[in-house]
Amino acid sequence: MKTDIILCGVGGQGILSIATVLGEAATASGLQLKQAEVHGMSQRGGDVQSNLRLSTEPIWSDLIPKGQADLIISMEPMEALRYLPYLSPEGRVVTASKPLVNIPDYPDLADIIAELEALPNVSMMDIETVALENKVPRGANMVLLGMTAPFLGILTPEALRAAVARVFAPKGEAVVEADLLAFDLGLQASGK
Amino acid sequence: MSIRKLLLGDEAIALGAIHAGLSGVYAYPGTPSTEITEFIQKDPVARERGIHSRWCTNEKTAMEAALGMSYAGKRALVCMKHVGMNVCADAFVNSAVTGVNGGLVVLAADDPSMHSSQNEQDSRFYAKFAMVPVFEPSNQQEAYDMVAKAFTLSEELKTPVLMRVVTRLAHSRAAVELGEAHAENDFRPSEDRGWVLLPAIARRQYVKLIEKQPQMEEASAWSAFNRLEKEDADLGVVACGIAYNYVKEALSADPARKASILKLSQYPLPAGALRELAASCREILVVEDGQPVVEQDVKALLGAGYPVRGRLTGDLPRTGELDPDSVAASLGVKGAAGLPAAKTLAARPPQLCPGCGHRDVYKALNEVAAEYPGARIFGDIGCYTLGALPPFRALASCVDMGASITMAKGAADAGLFPAIAVIGDSTFTHSGMTGLLDAVNDGSPLTVVISDNLTTAMTGGQDSAGTSKYEAICTGLGVDPAHVRVVVPTPTNIPEITRILREEIAYKGVSVIIPRRECMQTLKRKKK
Repeated sequence: MKTDIILCGVGGQGILSIATVLGEAATASGLQLKQAEVHGMSQRGGDVQSNLRLSTEPIWSDLIPKGQADLIISMEPMEALRYLPYLSPEGRVVTASKPLVNIPDYPDLADIIAELEALPNVSMMDIETVALENKVPRGANMVLLGMTAPFLGILTPEALRAAVARVFAPKGEAVVEADLLAFDLGLQASGK
Repeated sequence: MSIRKLLLGDEAIALGAIHAGLSGVYAYPGTPSTEITEFIQKDPVARERGIHSRWCTNEKTAMEAALGMSYAGKRALVCMKHVGMNVCADAFVNSAVTGVNGGLVVLAADDPSMHSSQNEQDSRFYAKFAMVPVFEPSNQQEAYDMVAKAFTLSEELKTPVLMRVVTRLAHSRAAVELGEAHAENDFRPSEDRGWVLLPAIARRQYVKLIEKQPQMEEASAWSAFNRLEKEDADLGVVACGIAYNYVKEALSADPARKASILKLSQYPLPAGALRELAASCREILVVEDGQPVVEQDVKALLGAGYPVRGRLTGDLPRTGELDPDSVAASLGVKGAAGLPAAKTLAARPPQLCPGCGHRDVYKALNEVAAEYPGARIFGDIGCYTLGALPPFRALASCVDMGASITMAKGAADAGLFPAIAVIGDSTFTHSGMTGLLDAVNDGSPLTVVISDNLTTAMTGGQDSAGTSKYEAICTGLGVDPAHVRVVVPTPTNIPEITRILREEIAYKGVSVIIPRRECMQTLKRKKK
């Protein structure tokens, strides 16, 4: 069994924290893992992505071949669209709906949302507002991870939740509680 | 019980080096190599042992210091991005002639597809040029294991060893099984006269280097990192470094497609294994990330009559990094169909951070440059290279570390006015100081802007070698102190900065303007 994930967003949005939690959960569950990250120039407000491959069997390539990703997890709606050729037709997009507009030619948001809604499997939510309204302003990425949890297959939501607690433990109890709340909000939004 | 740890390729190299008895890492930050030195700086064993890990001013000083540590009998590691090899090439090539005492491993992190670079040169060419062995790991575990082998081979053959990785391995994480931490070498300075490369000695040393070549090839032939995987197949694949993973990924997706594989992770090319592969098949495909180094070697070894395919024949793209899709296509393996590309999509290039001082520098520069029809701003390597992109579009050039000052000088020599150079603080000490001295000695009419954010920002905020020394360096090199001007780049100070720029452009000699304000990223980290 394997799950191939493309994590994406804009430099500085915290996609590597999501990757860290997924990596921790995968390691604790005894899975094989490869995770290709982006460091360097693109982190300065440009598009960033990370290829995360989880499997019960040995993994060869660090990069996911086209058409094989099971999930695209995106912190930004237009960025979710960037990697569609990598998504399997049975795959799912889990994305934030609120755009990050830092370029002059950002497309019409309605067109982006329409294109996302036309996909076979998509989960979309304004994670930033959900995080703000529930007083966990820094937890938007964990809301997104919670939304993704029911669709991961290879990892249970419980294993992910436990990994959230372990990864943020060094930052103190308050941070752990906030991130767990954010995670649960996302999980509930996905109807689980 | 063995310990497994999730490590970036870079981190696996760092830990492999520490466990191999490293005594010093010498490096200048450069994507994708930076995390190696950063890991060693933070590692508890390295700290307890007092392993040298402070950043160097540039790759040449790093390479030479490492060679000195090797001379003293200790194991030393030099790390850099591929273009750093150009900077340290003099020392690197000659270190093959002197030979080494303690093990010396030179790590070059190549960046095919130029994710954060200005070219995609292949460091394996440097190893051929210098005639030293190369290790090229296919995965994180090999990266960890290889460092110890590279040090051992370096000491056995008394030669520096190049270890080459590419971005995808440097910045990809996987579980690595760790071994034991070995002790450092004893302090035992060399007694050999071969280090003095006077022509008479250098000629003898060069003969020695030539005589080591068969041993290097022998080491490749017996290397545990090279392996011939034979199948009953017409196609033979030479798979170098991480290309091996893409080949295995493609072949495992299509069990009907058979190929024999020569997995290659240690060079020089083992000619015996290659001939064995060639004899068992009808054609060979060379799959390598970077430039067609091995493809050319394979062609030369097998002769014109034997079909060899690869990047040179167009079976694989001539430029850019390999990926599982391009490799699958070259093997005739059909890929899966993904969703169609999106219609609503815009490019999102990187940009200067909100509030960054470089922004104010460019705002002021553009305002003043607009007053002179012939003005050109010569750029350099760092975050501030992003000043070439909208909204600033300020830069006429960006070539290599330090070239802003020297190109502006040459253009000024040719009559260009005003010639303005923009260089960062770390880039200035890396390679800008010598160019400034040339300009001072020539009395060139030049305006140099050292945009000082008190850090090496582009690579993540490493210490900058010249912090708090810039005024002293510039006046020490002979710039008139009255024309070394320090400003604080903020939106409210733009009128002052533009006034100073106009004054210094009017001055017919070398002036240096130092806009100084802390990087927003390092400031944010401190506040956390």
